[in-house]
Amino acid sequence: MSNDTVLLQTHGLQTGYRSGGKNIVVSGALPELELQAGRLICLLGPNGSGKSTLLRTLAGLQPALRGTIDVPGIEAHKPAELARKISLVLTDRVRGNNLTVQSLIELGRYPYTGWLGVLDEVDKGAVEWAIGATGIHAIRDRKAHSLSDGESQKMMLARALAQDTPILMLDEPTAHLDLPSRIRLMRLLHQLAGQTRKAILLSTHELDLALQVADKIWLLEPGGKLHQGAPEDLVLNGVFEAAFAEQDIVFDKEAGNFIMHAGQGRPVLLTGEGAVFFWTQRALRRAGFTVVPPTTSAKEFSPADMLYHIRISDNITRTSWLLERGGASRECISIAELLQAMV
Amino acid sequence: MTERPIQKFRLIGLLLLLLMAFLLDLSTGSVRIPAGKIMKILFSPPAANPTWHFIIAQIRLPKACAAVLAGCALSVGGLQMQTLFRNPLADPSILGITAGAGLGVAAVMLSGGSMATLYAIKELGVSGSWLIITAACLSAGAVMLLVLSLSRQLKDNVLMLIIGIMIGSITFALTSVWQYFSDPEQVKEYLLWTFGSLGGVTGAQLSILSGVIAAGLIVAFLSSKMLDALLLGEHYARSMGLTTRRARVIIICSTSLLAGSITAFCGPIGFVGIAVPHIARTIFNTASHRILIPACCLIGATLLLLCDTVSQLPGSQSVLPINIVTSLLGSPVVIILLLRRKNLNSW
Repeated sequence: MSNDTVLLQTHGLQTGYRSGGKNIVVSGALPELELQAGRLICLLGPNGSGKSTLLRTLAGLQPALRGTIDVPGIEAHKPAELARKISLVLTDRVRGNNLTVQSLIELGRYPYTGWLGVLDEVDKGAVEWAIGATGIHAIRDRKAHSLSDGESQKMMLARALAQDTPILMLDEPTAHLDLPSRIRLMRLLHQLAGQTRKAILLSTHELDLALQVADKIWLLEPGGKLHQGAPEDLVLNGVFEAAFAEQDIVFDKEAGNFIMHAGQGRPVLLTGEGAVFFWTQRALRRAGFTVVPPTTSAKEFSPADMLYHIRISDNITRTSWLLERGGASRECISIAELLQAMV
Repeated sequence: MTERPIQKFRLIGLLLLLLMAFLLDLSTGSVRIPAGKIMKILFSPPAANPTWHFIIAQIRLPKACAAVLAGCALSVGGLQMQTLFRNPLADPSILGITAGAGLGVAAVMLSGGSMATLYAIKELGVSGSWLIITAACLSAGAVMLLVLSLSRQLKDNVLMLIIGIMIGSITFALTSVWQYFSDPEQVKEYLLWTFGSLGGVTGAQLSILSGVIAAGLIVAFLSSKMLDALLLGEHYARSMGLTTRRARVIIICSTSLLAGSITAFCGPIGFVGIAVPHIARTIFNTASHRILIPACCLIGATLLLLCDTVSQLPGSQSVLPINIVTSLLGSPVVIILLLRRKNLNSW
């Protein structure tokens, strides 16, 4: 398969749902969307922008209001046919029902088994592969309801992998996970896309992780408008900032994340470099200061004597912060002490 | 995979238990017949001991068969409802079909006195029990058709659950209205029916009932793969290729046949439908319906046979209504089982 094999394509798609005979439109007319083999696409967007609706529509769980979704190889969108093309990891909480992890993953073979659901050798092989790929050998005999959130998510991913479909869609797979688990899951999905040539589409709120792993980003705006492109392009052309524009939240293009404590605090001059500079800057922002580059002349501010100037001295033996204001100076040996001194 | 042989072993064990319960049920009653003699009676000409032969063949054997049928039907129906609605408290009566059968019975019994035509029918040789069964079947069937037609339009199983309960309470209210305006004598007759009875099913009725139950059980077993998929919820089931609406119609059809016919022939029998699926899950420690359906049949039948045995009140002439015994005996069992498991997460 070449890199460009298109596994799913939409034309003039509009998502939404019917309620009481009326169409509730969730997204406007979307641009043509494509899922390609071996590519990982992250679907981003604020809460309520219609990520889940789009994902469910593409997966065939709910009908589109308008437009078509083409999956090469199938004609009618019957569940039985779609099940061999698209597998899902949803946000639906899976209750235990006495299922073991192993038997839950075996359910992934549903589209291939006979009327009684008995597994043959091929099915068993696929289940083993899925368990191996997600690294959950250790928990395979446990009850599904006894797992932690991270384990549970891996189990559901293994079930989707056992379904052995060219397309894999995940709805907020990183929700409820702690940071290391989130990173591991995203890395696993990134690797899977490369190794198995699956097209993977996942919706997430993890902006920074998405920027790192996605081959492409679909960015939904609250109005239902969708931007697509390489993550870096979307950052540089300002689409990111626009989509998440809120009064008190600013997207920092240089760091690739959102700044929580934006705003105009008292200016502080900060001299230094490296990690210490970065974390000192963060601490000052949190405390309500605005860090200005040391190149800025002190004369631009008034009254000049109220301006703090912090010089970081960072060497192998010790790190210290020299706090100067209007001639007086004080040396601090931790950020906590520095912030205390500035109150 | 050491699971499979263990499960088979357990199923065989339960089958033996069922046979023992069956023999025990045949041997107890107002006249005690030793269990050892029963085989001989069953396979020998009536001449040997005409009284015992009559008691076994005409009274106890049909009753035990009815107990087996009711046990299988109600527990498999309960299992299907619990999986379909993902609710550990669901049982076959949740769709309102049991209440529907009750309405039919009330219609016959409570209007009996006032309608001359009914009397005429009775005079023509149609016995009262046939009339009651026909009415119960018809009205259970009508409720079932209503539930089915609604279920085809609904997307959500939870909505289906609520609507089933609502239909049940409407039907129950209609029955109560009828009761309110009826003579005490007739109300008493109806109340006796609500206690449930396994003894009323004989001869031709038994063969009709077995046919319907067999059909329902076959449909249930064939739908075991669908039920497995539904364990993960409707969305996942659909993503794995299940046409959820069709599956719902098939499952409701099967449960309706099972629960509706048993209620029509034996009256409402509570508790078995809720409890037996839980017992089966605990014993077999699995969620696979391929195993749970036969397991429910065996456990349900054994349980109902034991309840029937107890209801004979050994050593006395009187018989307790089966519905009372199932609840009195069964509920503590379920409470103990649930206490040992401590959480419902794993139901």
